[in-house]
Amino acid sequence: MTEDLPLSHEDIAEIAAILEKSGYRELDLATRRFRLRVGKADGPQGEPAITQEWQWAGAMGEAATEAGDAVAADPDAICSPLPGTFYHAPQPGAPPFVRPGDAVGPETVIGIVETMKLMNPVHAGRSGKVAEILVPDGTLVPKGAALVRLS
Amino acid sequence: MIRKLFIANRGEIALRVIRTASRMGIETVLAVSEADAGSLPARLADHAVTVGPGPSPQSYLAIERVVDAAVRAGCDAVHPGYGFLSENAAFARAVESAGLRFVGPAISTLEGMGDKLAARALAVEAGLPVLPGGAAQTREAVHARAAQTGFPLLLKAVAGGGGKGMRRVDRAQDLDAALDMAQAEAQAAFGNSAVYVERFVARGRHVEVQVLGDGTNAIHLGTRDCSIQRRFQKLVEEAPAPAMPLAAREGIEQAAVRLARHLGYRGAGTAEFLVDADDFSFYFLELNARIQVEHPVTEAITGVDLVEQQLLVAMGKPLTLTQDMVRPHGHAIEVRINAEDPDAGFRPSPGRAGRAAWPAGEGVRVDTHISVGGEVPPFYDSLMGKLIVHGETREEAVHRLGKALAALHIEGMPTTAPLHRRIIADPRFIAGGVDTGFLEGLGQ
Repeated sequence: MTEDLPLSHEDIAEIAAILEKSGYRELDLATRRFRLRVGKADGPQGEPAITQEWQWAGAMGEAATEAGDAVAADPDAICSPLPGTFYHAPQPGAPPFVRPGDAVGPETVIGIVETMKLMNPVHAGRSGKVAEILVPDGTLVPKGAALVRLS
Repeated sequence: MIRKLFIANRGEIALRVIRTASRMGIETVLAVSEADAGSLPARLADHAVTVGPGPSPQSYLAIERVVDAAVRAGCDAVHPGYGFLSENAAFARAVESAGLRFVGPAISTLEGMGDKLAARALAVEAGLPVLPGGAAQTREAVHARAAQTGFPLLLKAVAGGGGKGMRRVDRAQDLDAALDMAQAEAQAAFGNSAVYVERFVARGRHVEVQVLGDGTNAIHLGTRDCSIQRRFQKLVEEAPAPAMPLAAREGIEQAAVRLARHLGYRGAGTAEFLVDADDFSFYFLELNARIQVEHPVTEAITGVDLVEQQLLVAMGKPLTLTQDMVRPHGHAIEVRINAEDPDAGFRPSPGRAGRAAWPAGEGVRVDTHISVGGEVPPFYDSLMGKLIVHGETREEAVHRLGKALAALHIEGMPTTAPLHRRIIADPRFIAGGVDTGFLEGLGQ
């Protein structure tokens, strides 16, 4: 929570222009609230291009959600190709895509992962028989989470 | 006056509104979901209040919770941003019933423009050209309309937006199957399966006009071309519309003003048109009664802060800008940097940005809520930030864009940046004035 916001885009453009014309490669500014690095990068045809990188106090710390990408150890598991909400059925109340005991082929849809308002079908990827649905309907799963186990 | 503004949105647009409000001396309160509690806008607003869990139906789309939070925070106005509840008449009504100002048009305008068929009828009343087609309640009626428009045609959701419930149909024998899909999608996305039929223009450009109104008077702030789209969603926008005769541009601008005056439009709005890329004839599509994602390109060429104008009009002030005072200068281009993998069918790629080096420099503006360590949650749309460049000429703007895109470096997830590098190297883009089929013809 702050009284004012640091540096408008006009301010940044001015800082970049100063740096571009100077012999320096980088400006690195740290305050209690943020760290700003404005630096030269390699642009097209060797022309220097300028970047701005902001880091806010406390923003990096807890990498809680990165605990995701849980690579499933179970080789029989079908895993989520992306993070999102896992659904068993195409619509609420509709029959599930698969049930334990069902035979599946590589193209069989075993569920849907909703990410950013898009419905992404999850394919079995190989042939087998459904042994267990590992994740309840409507659960938020990380990328790589085991969803269904085949026998 | 507005003393304390409630912002019912998230991401880059929340930050954008906070910036202007702070500059105007207005205190800001941001609605956040649990997933956004640590976001940059939540840190930079004067106050942040949690309105619910991550999924938007329980937070950003929950009218009662949002209005309740605004009232409790002691706010006197609500800015809805874009998307979410921004064009929801029931939300605007709830805000006004609670005694707060809604930063947007009149409720009757939201009602008129939210229904695409009603919007079409209003445009016809105002004397604007529209595409052949119209409503069709039954399967037989859809076939009858198709007989009038011919093929290819577009099926569109009456309550639509964002390309959902929209289907292109090339042959009569595909009409029934496409109708089933469009209705199912429209039902799922909007709770209303009604569709209408419209002629499909083979080489069409998407050109829109920014308008500003105070309920009595209305002006335009020029055109934007948003023809480069995927799945009917915009990727690149520029102002003014390039490679278009001045007379054609002025015709579209005047039509937009006529509509805004006819509606007694209040606030910032965008009239969207389909322009035939070959003869520049144009047809009204819809009016978006809110701030647009791509508003910064208009700000770049006009020097007008559109969010400030929205807030001033919401305070009940008449427009102080006149048409003569708006003197567009130079050319601006915006590219959307989304957390999506353009090489995997634009698959969403939420995650955490380990590094976020955005471009900077003369004529470069970046509107983003993603800094180092910034998170793109899986619940919302994939927009990470907008890169906007401005130059004296289109050529200079394209050159600056190339330099800026070369410098842009985001680690942690695939983004649309590599796609934009390919787009701006394409000779058709460099020449300017591409149609909406541009992406299909893009080389790897």
